[in-house]
Amino acid sequence: MAPSRLVRLPEHTVEIVSDAGEGAQKAAIAFAQLCAKAGNGLWTVEIIPSEIRPPPHTIGSASGNRIRLAERSKVTNAGNRANVVLAFNEMALLSRLEAGSLADDVLVLIDDHWATHDDERYRISYREVLDKVRSRGATIREVPLERETIRHAEDAQQGKNMFAVGLLCALYNKDMDVLDDVIRGIFKGKAREVIELAVRLADAGYQYGVKHFEQRFEIQAVPTDIPKVAMNGNTALALGAVSAGFEICSMYPITPATSASHELSGIFEDFGGFVHQAEDEIAAIGVALGASYAGKTALTITSGPGMALKTEFQGLAVMTETPLVIVDVQRGGPSTGLPTKIEQSDLLHALYGAPGDAPKVVIAPSTIEECYYILSLARKIAEEFRMLVIVLSDANLATGQQLFDRPDVSQTPRRPPLDLSPVPLGTLPYDWDPTTGLSQRLIPGQPGGMGVTTSLNHDRNGKACYDAERNQRGHSMRSRKLAALQQSLNAPSVHGPPEGDLLLVGWGSTRGAIEEAVDIARGEGLAVSSVHLQFLSPLPPGLREIFAGFRQIITVELNYSDDWEDPLITKENRRYGQLAWILRAATLLDIDCYAKVPGRPYMPVEIMDEIKRILGNQSGIESPAETFPAIAGAN
Amino acid sequence: MSMLAELCVIESGAADPHTLDEYESETPRWCKGCGDHGVLAALQRVLRKNNLDPEDVVSVSGIGCSSRLPHYLNTYGFHGIHGRALPISTGVRLARPELPVVVIMGDGDCFSIGGNHWLHAIRYNIDAVVLVLDNEVYALTKMQVSPTTPDGWKTNTTPHGTYLQPMNPLSVVMGMTNVSFLAQTATWLPAHLDETIEKAWEHHGLSFVRILQRCPVFMPKAFGDGGLNFPVVFLEHEDGIPVHPLLLKRGATRAHNHRDINEAQRVAVSVDPAPMGLLYRNPDVPTYEEIRWNRQERPDHRTFVERLDALMDRYTVS
Repeated sequence: MAPSRLVRLPEHTVEIVSDAGEGAQKAAIAFAQLCAKAGNGLWTVEIIPSEIRPPPHTIGSASGNRIRLAERSKVTNAGNRANVVLAFNEMALLSRLEAGSLADDVLVLIDDHWATHDDERYRISYREVLDKVRSRGATIREVPLERETIRHAEDAQQGKNMFAVGLLCALYNKDMDVLDDVIRGIFKGKAREVIELAVRLADAGYQYGVKHFEQRFEIQAVPTDIPKVAMNGNTALALGAVSAGFEICSMYPITPATSASHELSGIFEDFGGFVHQAEDEIAAIGVALGASYAGKTALTITSGPGMALKTEFQGLAVMTETPLVIVDVQRGGPSTGLPTKIEQSDLLHALYGAPGDAPKVVIAPSTIEECYYILSLARKIAEEFRMLVIVLSDANLATGQQLFDRPDVSQTPRRPPLDLSPVPLGTLPYDWDPTTGLSQRLIPGQPGGMGVTTSLNHDRNGKACYDAERNQRGHSMRSRKLAALQQSLNAPSVHGPPEGDLLLVGWGSTRGAIEEAVDIARGEGLAVSSVHLQFLSPLPPGLREIFAGFRQIITVELNYSDDWEDPLITKENRRYGQLAWILRAATLLDIDCYAKVPGRPYMPVEIMDEIKRILGNQSGIESPAETFPAIAGAN
Repeated sequence: MSMLAELCVIESGAADPHTLDEYESETPRWCKGCGDHGVLAALQRVLRKNNLDPEDVVSVSGIGCSSRLPHYLNTYGFHGIHGRALPISTGVRLARPELPVVVIMGDGDCFSIGGNHWLHAIRYNIDAVVLVLDNEVYALTKMQVSPTTPDGWKTNTTPHGTYLQPMNPLSVVMGMTNVSFLAQTATWLPAHLDETIEKAWEHHGLSFVRILQRCPVFMPKAFGDGGLNFPVVFLEHEDGIPVHPLLLKRGATRAHNHRDINEAQRVAVSVDPAPMGLLYRNPDVPTYEEIRWNRQERPDHRTFVERLDALMDRYTVS
């Protein structure tokens, strides 16, 4: 074997893409597990075709994964442009190029059999695409994916993905014996010949790589004693729902939320729970609310269009003070929008999407690990405050996979039996504490607590009433609970020093990319910090004090805002990102935003560019930055 | 005995039988002459007859005149939103199958805005008594056309007369898979109403009862001046709704086998004369909550934690 040069790297981002059905996904899973077992930190994201059966060998057919692996044990986002792409054909490669996912100097591993394919069109297309990437600075390394695979397998379609993962094992100098174990684990339950063939092909790929790659990479990792789990955000939500003690999940299928319910449907009955697939989104929340009214712990899981259909029931939950949790796995909107892609556009809808004044709690997980823990928090708030809690996840968390410390399930709280002890006849169903708005909840079956729970305005004894005084009272008691909750929260911590030129404010899944950009920017001497909000309603205390430490504040969010440069856009009519609206209203500070709708996560480098644009051009921005920090002097 | 059946045993705790006024709450605020009063009274009589503890009964309604009923019944009640009483009831039944549920809806509530839930609730066959108080008009919002308003009648949204034939809810119910109980009665036949609700209460499964009643304010002429000139035929069967001899002057009787689905479907499509009594009953259709509860395990805390731990193993990589 020719000795190859080993280049040590802190991290790399790799994409594996094939036609849908060729197994790039499985190859990626195997490679990710291989890296995880070695102790590398990881973030993986699926590359999903937008149609179920797209025509093969087209841009629309590209399917696979992006894997970011690092020396450090924690990777918080999907990274920047990819360093390596392993493509099964040139159209899959082209699709990633056009998506802006590849670094200019990307190393391309591509199946060479298209170069000599019988069909001239493929040969031409192959050369053209390779010339194009090469001209941008890419290194092309043609590999005999199909040619080598057919030496071992009858059908190259059913095995070249394993040859491919062997190549990556060699490229990243990983242990082939571990890959052997990983593959046996993935194919567990399959016929012996299938497993042996997969292992043989992976080994063939490995041997080929070791022999022919003149340069290989070493991303060292320190295996840790702390056990780690790897899962996507929807699985984390499902497992989190179980460990939080939920008993009923009532849902209706909608992308990208449904896979959480798939996971739950398979396991929930073993834990004393149900997944109920209702006839529509409205019934889904209705069943959850009915179950909660009857004393069980219930949630419903949906995405934007489903949230819209659930708004009337949200108002009912608020009015009747029935505890309820809604998970909204956000996708691109409006309307059907971008069903499989990420956006953070449901924040204002979550806050205000219900008739009348309907105070709700809105919280957002920022990592996949948080997706696991957040439902315990949501349940606690919903039950203690008799409130509707909306959890805003998104498509990035839903389909990304991350490694995190294995949760300690031994601390799972015991589920207490339903308390049906009698209450004195005449016990008030809304015996509001005048300071906090909190009141004891009565459950059907409790002797003495009989009475109607009504969607009409009502007084402390639950009776419908229409007069001004008691309408005002009901509203203030429901609103007071938000203030009481806010008082119990801690101020968020600032990532970076508490003073500087620029503060980025984020929420949800953008956290990893924002903090990474901030770290790099600080490394380059820029005075930038960030703060990430888990609570969007109520907002946590201490924001004004934090904001006072910075000359400029912008939110970074994945939703729409008008650009200052757009035609007709003025200070008066500009529409801001959604968190920016809220913070401007709450603080009277002239908070700007970096808010776009690319349908994919932000790359840290994009946020970095924005930081440089702002800090490198302090006075040149055509924004009203000069009026900062207060709008029209109000304070 | 299934686990659910054990759970569903309601302990009639009171040694002394409950009195009627134990089921009474505030004074109803329906119009004078409204049939809702009669349905409330019939329901209270059924609860007393079954000697149910008021705290063990849940009444659920939507929005409309009739949906105020839970306010006037001294049990647990949920007065929800328009058209959505059935999903809420399904949630209650799934959560607490030991609590009897009665659902009260109007014709607009059930057949129009709640139509989808109506169809699917029949298919779920939750164990609940479902009463639709059909006055053929939207009354609370002041006289708009409803799905059952007679052809050509004038309402505030059809001032020149309705455009469409009315819907026949009975044939819709009989077209649904898993239908287990369908009856029709009217508030101007109080004894028949009582017997029908009682029969519905006895049934294990979704007992769908359409109750015809006139709105004295907006539709006083409906149902032949509130039943005076309304052609009906009483369905007769030894196990059906008894037909009191006094009823015979209101209409003829016909023998009907409510266990025969084809016969029930034929009767359901006939509207003139309107069939009164038990159209269909099949006590063997499993209820949704039974199906779900019988599949569900209820592990103790230790087993719960062990299973969660094993689940975590599946996702552990290093």
